[in-house]
Amino acid sequence: MIEHIELFFKSIFIDNMVFAVFLGMCSYLAVSKKVSTAVGLGAAVIFVLAITVPLNWLLDVYILQPGALKWTGVEGTAELDLSFLSFIMFIATIATMVQLVEIVVEKFSPSLYNSLGIFLPLIAVNCAILGGSLFMQSREIPTFGLALNYGISSGIGWFLAILAIAAIREKIRYSNVPGPLRGLGITFIITGLMGIGFLSFGGMLTGGDEEAAEETQEQVEIQEPMEQSTDEHKELADNTKTIQ
Amino acid sequence: MGILSKKDSKLITDPLADNNPITIQVLGICSALAITAELKASLVMGIAVMFVLGVGNVVISLMRNIIPSKIRIIVQLIVVAALVIIVDQVLKAYAYELSKTLSVFVGLIITNCIIMGRFEAFALGNGPWRSFLDGIGNAAGYALILVAVGFFRELLGSGTLFGYPVLGDAIEKTGVYSIGYENNGFMLMPPMALIIVGLIIWAQRSRNKDLIED
Repeated sequence: MIEHIELFFKSIFIDNMVFAVFLGMCSYLAVSKKVSTAVGLGAAVIFVLAITVPLNWLLDVYILQPGALKWTGVEGTAELDLSFLSFIMFIATIATMVQLVEIVVEKFSPSLYNSLGIFLPLIAVNCAILGGSLFMQSREIPTFGLALNYGISSGIGWFLAILAIAAIREKIRYSNVPGPLRGLGITFIITGLMGIGFLSFGGMLTGGDEEAAEETQEQVEIQEPMEQSTDEHKELADNTKTIQ
Repeated sequence: MGILSKKDSKLITDPLADNNPITIQVLGICSALAITAELKASLVMGIAVMFVLGVGNVVISLMRNIIPSKIRIIVQLIVVAALVIIVDQVLKAYAYELSKTLSVFVGLIITNCIIMGRFEAFALGNGPWRSFLDGIGNAAGYALILVAVGFFRELLGSGTLFGYPVLGDAIEKTGVYSIGYENNGFMLMPPMALIIVGLIIWAQRSRNKDLIED
């Protein structure tokens, strides 16, 4: 249970799809002019992620991983490593699911369908969706339940991000932004500032102790300098101890 | 340019500046931002996209008359995915460390909107040679921004370029460090990539007033 809660908050806040790894930026920037359309797209992304990540998890575990085909019992399949096929398998699943979502949305909510327009089929090429599945694979999420959890919670993180930026962009229309910065430029900079804000969630789960620093270093290589400095601190502390 | 006609060379030069895929068309941002903490990774990513987009554009352009328009998205995705698998396998074979740094972002070339955008907007309606030029041009515009962001982030963030220390030795305090300069570790954090692209957009639009929105 605890790992579910941990993964849930981690994927929403700490590894937020938009602010930590920049996934799904194209639609994030293009559809965030109005809160209502942003909410629609965000909900669609949660839905598609919640379906595709667990599905791709099944594909990964039972077909693609090295030795995954053992369950077939056919001779020679035990050593097969099909993981190089994962891009094609994942994208095929995603494209099919998006097509399905499109049909469902068109049937049950024509107004949402019209307001999303071209961006609904473009969910298929939203990097957040493929990124979700690829991160699921590279982080080796162990169970089906956790994969489902990961899909839903990272979708929620994306939803929160696009909701926030849409609200800000509705308000910023009334402020006097320098001409060349208007529109795209200021959206980038605001997203950067929000990202800095989200960095502060980094120590949320572990209270910011050593373990957390190590974990983040694993995911994002760029935090190396910080790690080094804590090492130096440790060394310094050890030295002072020995002196005492 | 002797080999290329004026119209053809425009296909390459346009996306470099006034029709840049990242800063003007707002395509392919995700991967552009995530891997720019190092210049080398940015450059390799640029080259990878150039290969995928150049070859992909030619393939789609050759098939443009036989693809039924209803399933064209899936056909396009399969073409891109196949090319990206080639890139991924080549990187894994010859530059394993680098492929670790790029991690899932090589795979995300598949969903890079520049590629789908160019397939839809250009390759489906033009011949192979022009599509090839268009693909190379757009990928070069993308690579240009990547390299610029990577340059600033690596230089200011870790004081190196391509991994070579150019600002002096940070530990023995030589070069710029001797006068009190410190590496700005914040440049290596993900949000700074967004802010640098924002500043590039600002600079570009103040130079060319036609691009200003609203």
